[in-house]
Amino acid sequence: MSEFLSGEDVSIVLCGEAGQGIQTVEAILVQAVKLGGYNVFSSKEYMSRIRGGENSTQIRVSSKRISAYVDRIDILVAISKGAIDHLKKRISENTIIIGDEDTLKDVVRPDVIKIPFLKIAKNIGGPIYANIIAAGVLSRILNIDFQIFEECITAMFARKGEKILEGDLKASAEGYKIGEELLKSAKINIEIEKNDGIRDEILLNGTDVFGYGCLAGGVKFMSSYPMTPSTSLQVFIAQYSKDFDIIFEQAEDEIAAINMGLGASYAGARALAATSGSGFALMSEAVGLSGMIETPIVLYIGQRPGPAVGLPTRTAQEDLNLVLYSGPGETPRAIFAPGNFEDAFYMTQRAFNIADKYQIPVFILSDQYMVDIYYNIPSLMTKDVEIETHEHSVFGAPKSKILWDYIVKTDENYRRFEITEDGVSPRGIPGFGEGFVVVDSDEHDEEGHITEDLNLRTEMVEKRLKKLEGIKKDVVPPELIGPSDYKILIIGWGSTYGPIKETLDNLQSNDIAFLYFKQVYPLHKDTLKFVEKAQKTIIFENNANSQFGNLIKLETGFEIHEKALKYNGMPFSVEEVTEHLKNLQEVERNSTNFLNPQNRKSWRSYNGS
Amino acid sequence: MDPEIFDVEGADVAWCPGCGDFPILRTLKAALAELEIDQKKLVLASGIGQAGKLPHYLKSHTYNSLHGRALSPATAIKAVNRELTVIVTSGDGDMYGEGGNHLMHTIRRNPDITTIVHNNMVYGLTKGQASPTSQMEMITPLQVEGVFLEPFNPLAIAIALDASFVARTFAGDIEHMKNVFKEAIKHKGFALVDVFQPCPTFNKINTYGWFKDNTYKLEDSHDPHDRNEAFKRATETGKYPLGIFYKNENKLTFEETLSVYSKDNSPLFERKTDVQKVKDLIEKKRSV
Ligand SMILES: Cc1ncc(C[n+]2csc(CCOP(=O)(O)OP(=O)(O)O)c2C)c(N)n1
Ligand code: SF4
Repeated sequence: MSEFLSGEDVSIVLCGEAGQGIQTVEAILVQAVKLGGYNVFSSKEYMSRIRGGENSTQIRVSSKRISAYVDRIDILVAISKGAIDHLKKRISENTIIIGDEDTLKDVVRPDVIKIPFLKIAKNIGGPIYANIIAAGVLSRILNIDFQIFEECITAMFARKGEKILEGDLKASAEGYKIGEELLKSAKINIEIEKNDGIRDEILLNGTDVFGYGCLAGGVKFMSSYPMTPSTSLQVFIAQYSKDFDIIFEQAEDEIAAINMGLGASYAGARALAATSGSGFALMSEAVGLSGMIETPIVLYIGQRPGPAVGLPTRTAQEDLNLVLYSGPGETPRAIFAPGNFEDAFYMTQRAFNIADKYQIPVFILSDQYMVDIYYNIPSLMTKDVEIETHEHSVFGAPKSKILWDYIVKTDENYRRFEITEDGVSPRGIPGFGEGFVVVDSDEHDEEGHITEDLNLRTEMVEKRLKKLEGIKKDVVPPELIGPSDYKILIIGWGSTYGPIKETLDNLQSNDIAFLYFKQVYPLHKDTLKFVEKAQKTIIFENNANSQFGNLIKLETGFEIHEKALKYNGMPFSVEEVTEHLKNLQEVERNSTNFLNPQNRKSWRSYNGS
Repeated sequence: MDPEIFDVEGADVAWCPGCGDFPILRTLKAALAELEIDQKKLVLASGIGQAGKLPHYLKSHTYNSLHGRALSPATAIKAVNRELTVIVTSGDGDMYGEGGNHLMHTIRRNPDITTIVHNNMVYGLTKGQASPTSQMEMITPLQVEGVFLEPFNPLAIAIALDASFVARTFAGDIEHMKNVFKEAIKHKGFALVDVFQPCPTFNKINTYGWFKDNTYKLEDSHDPHDRNEAFKRATETGKYPLGIFYKNENKLTFEETLSVYSKDNSPLFERKTDVQKVKDLIEKKRSV
């Protein structure tokens, strides 16, 4: 049987057990595909195991820009026995399955292409080469030059020693040969337009982007405790700590992590801590401390399904409420939730400036899907970034005394919590200037000393909350994508951006627009205007309660009409978003008044693999 | 240097009359003055409790944090600015109860900070519950039939973890206390000083008199570099020895292990990130 795939893009899925090298193949192939002149996007799903289980990686190869997950599988490379069963819901009659002769010997499907991967690998030197052979096959059928593929293999394995590299190069050549035969036998044929310009684009993954954002934000101290999926950012910062004068410390727990961060910040270093939901739960007391001692900190939360430990390696948007309400008492904060690489970079960088400007805790909500994706873009830092200086008019401090990062040189009369018009007091640090920097977790006076004066308490609460007015002025507005005279408005935040955006691009409808929030708190003042203008609104969220929808309701009084909620641990696919929108349009067509509750539906998705 | 420069004018001291916290405060000021510690470079960090209020009564930079959490910020403060002298003041509940895990790991990290624990064998601020160091059979509103648990032994634990400086002193013996404080502050590395501190309000058992009767000083011949001996002395039953039990000057401090100081000792707040360097790093992702 022969299959011909042509057109704009092909979705390749590799599936195998943990330990079979699927992620190595991913890392090599995304490079090879990009250098080969195609747009590439990859995302992975995996089980919380070091060996075994079934993990898969999707690699989309496309002539147009793509950055979203699709359910569709055009080519499945099944490296493990369980692969086909694991992905059965996503395999269609058009899926070409390539797998190992022995592993798939019990699979009786006419469209399976069986190849003796393991046998060939053993001849080269061991089963570990099987994945590279598979990568070679794919590179050949994708028409990627052998030199380019070799270049990627060399970059990946050179540091592992001569012998391993030699084996890998041999395996690549073998893979190429098999690919060549497949093409000749006309079992497979892929034709996607290449564009040489893509070769020179930047290929990044989510973690890199958040990491660059932290570096550009001037991070100088990070303490954290490992927890998926925030660990990769910790690794990133640890690796660059030497080059960028950063102290990285693995704390004994999340409580120590955030408290160390606050100490570092008090002493003048921009500080960061990264964690996930249940780790963040441990940090929440210190979020209150940050608010009380008005000491900035940036907290990066890689979300995964909860409650408690939930599904450790899956994705979710379930921690918005936790972050929004964390900490004892009442204290202002800002929450960013970027959904694409450019925003992830700029919002992360901005988080450090906003934290310092208002002396508050600032949150970055990321998630497993977002940190693990790879794709190519023309450039990342398209506009200049700066580590902002304090230029606040009411700070009282003459400019000559201003250092940077919103820190001032103190004088003899310095009062850390001076009550100012906008609630922001000049921030001094110990060892810089003549004043004493006194901070206290108890209620305190302007000097920072403990007080039980109830009038002063009222003033201090108001001083701290006053900062929210400034924070609101600095809110990043939601981005409207699509026609401005929309009838249907899609609302999304964070990583649902990719699938929603691609769906919208595909639909080319002139009455659907997408309102994408990269900052979810405080809400931008125009939010109500945007939602009120639509005849119908629908929100997409990876949680079961529509946490952001509820926040919009709380802040604006507006109830979003439809809620598409997915909480099985997988991201929305382009197909799912499309289906939701088609249903919505259908309802709209069949109904004169779709605000009628009888026509309402809350879609919940349980599918996915 | 005059210890009075550390006085906080008009401080509203919240301790009870006769509390052992007073002599600790006075003696700490004297020790700092004798060591000529630069007040503008001194940071006192504390957690929560009666003892944790001490920094408010000693003129210096102050970081008063959460219950049990003083060691984490103190470690970080010293790490980002090595020019600062960092001292932690804490209570037995704060340090050995809520903060126990941090104590263990701070000893492992060995930052160059001094920790003074006001050990009154009771919770003061929350009004008289047992602390990890409360003696057996002490009756409290929560331990209604008396404490059943063996008291926590901070010195033995610290020596077991090879802490770089471990000492105990008594708030009723000013000279001894001052000497121990001075040695601890001078010491390079993490110094733990447990101070027997009478709480006349909530601990009617372990009074000044009781501490006097139940303590004695380590002999001059005690060698603080002998870890086995130090451990043995720390686990003595009966009367409690006072003095410097253990010292290990051969450990690297946390700050010394940090690569940010391999070429440059300046505090981190003076170092600016070069954004161009970030840009270059991103640009590298154009090739493999
Ligand atoms: C997380 C948290 N739990 C409980 C408390 C209440 N609390 C305040 S002080 C204290 C005990 C203090 O005892 P200790 O450290 O021995 O200090 P002392 O008051 O005796 O000097 C407790 C339990 C708190 N502030 N924070
Ligand atoms: S309660 Fe005890 S420890 Fe606290 S101030 Fe009074 S006497 Fe001192």
